[in-house]
Amino acid sequence: MPSRIVAGIGLSHVPSVGPVVDRGRQADPAWRPLFDAYVPVREWLSALRPDVAVVIYNDHGAEFTFDKYPTFALGAADRYAIADEGFGTRPLPEVAGDAELSIHLCEKLIEAEFDLTVCQEMGVEHGFLVPMNLCFPHTSSGWPVKCVPLQVNVIQHPLPTARRCYRLGQALREAVSSYERDLRIVVLGTGGMSHQLQGRRFGFMNEKFDQWFLDRLEDDPETLASLSHYKIMEEAGAEAVELIMWLTMRGALSPHAKRVHRHYYAPMTTGMGLITFED
Amino acid sequence: MGLAVTPIPDTSIFDLRLSRQGTRLNKMCASLCDPKNREAFKQDEEGYLARFSLTDDEKGLIRRRDFAGMIEAGMNIYFMLKVGSATGNSLYRMGAQMRGETYEQFLSTRNIKGAV
Repeated sequence: MPSRIVAGIGLSHVPSVGPVVDRGRQADPAWRPLFDAYVPVREWLSALRPDVAVVIYNDHGAEFTFDKYPTFALGAADRYAIADEGFGTRPLPEVAGDAELSIHLCEKLIEAEFDLTVCQEMGVEHGFLVPMNLCFPHTSSGWPVKCVPLQVNVIQHPLPTARRCYRLGQALREAVSSYERDLRIVVLGTGGMSHQLQGRRFGFMNEKFDQWFLDRLEDDPETLASLSHYKIMEEAGAEAVELIMWLTMRGALSPHAKRVHRHYYAPMTTGMGLITFED
Repeated sequence: MGLAVTPIPDTSIFDLRLSRQGTRLNKMCASLCDPKNREAFKQDEEGYLARFSLTDDEKGLIRRRDFAGMIEAGMNIYFMLKVGSATGNSLYRMGAQMRGETYEQFLSTRNIKGAV
């Protein structure tokens, strides 16, 4: 039986979640609403028995710097180190990869004209790790799933368009369906939602936009694929443009995938969204 | 973005022109991902800055902890977090300064200010 995508999750990758996890502060009143929302998500994920998570995320200057900056970079390794992004290396186990699956994805995606940068070494940081902390907590024996990291340039314009990201997801779905190993795959699209981290508009959020984005992700992702970067940045803050990575996740699901969980919490400077789909 | 669109007020778009302008600053920030370099920076900031080809204006921005100025000079926000951390300035402290507010004023504008 070929591999298949069993679920997709859109979620924020706010860096401050990392220290909360590392210090065991999940029950703090200010953080509890976020962590409580993931309890049913983890139960649901356990029942789905996934083998691999494809994590679509962006690096924040830990692994990639502007001397050479890939638009799309796919990990093709059996292990991914925990990167130091300037605040120390978090006490987390290395992430196990599935290099054979990665190689298949590279072959199929490049054949489909997505000219990826292929990374046989790649450190991962909060953009990748915070979603893993929330969805797939590690134990002393490591993480419960293997991973394939897919890094997207969402920080140095020109960025790939929202539609390009959506189509990459569709191509990912095709690539998975032609892989002759019986793997159950979850796709995580991370980042956002509304936030701006620089200029006098620092701290800007827009819940109305975020809820609209979640609505359309459920029923009309095509409309989201038509959004310009400018429109997202104007409505939801310059750094909200990360949301284009959620479209890669949505593109990897069938159009009629069923939404299972949905949550929104905006305590400080980022609309932290969560949406799950079963396929 | 290199496109003829109306600028978004109070917002910087980190495009290739800005990135080129900020090359020296961003290289210095990226070096702070190494704990040995962070220690060297904290021990002797001037000596550390001298290792990079920073202009006097760029060094001045760092000496003054002028975060809005750093962004305008082409430092990427995520790279700025590294120099923020090395100088004891959290994201929210840098943000308050960019807004022209004290840290306490900024916190009072948040929905749940305990989530730091």
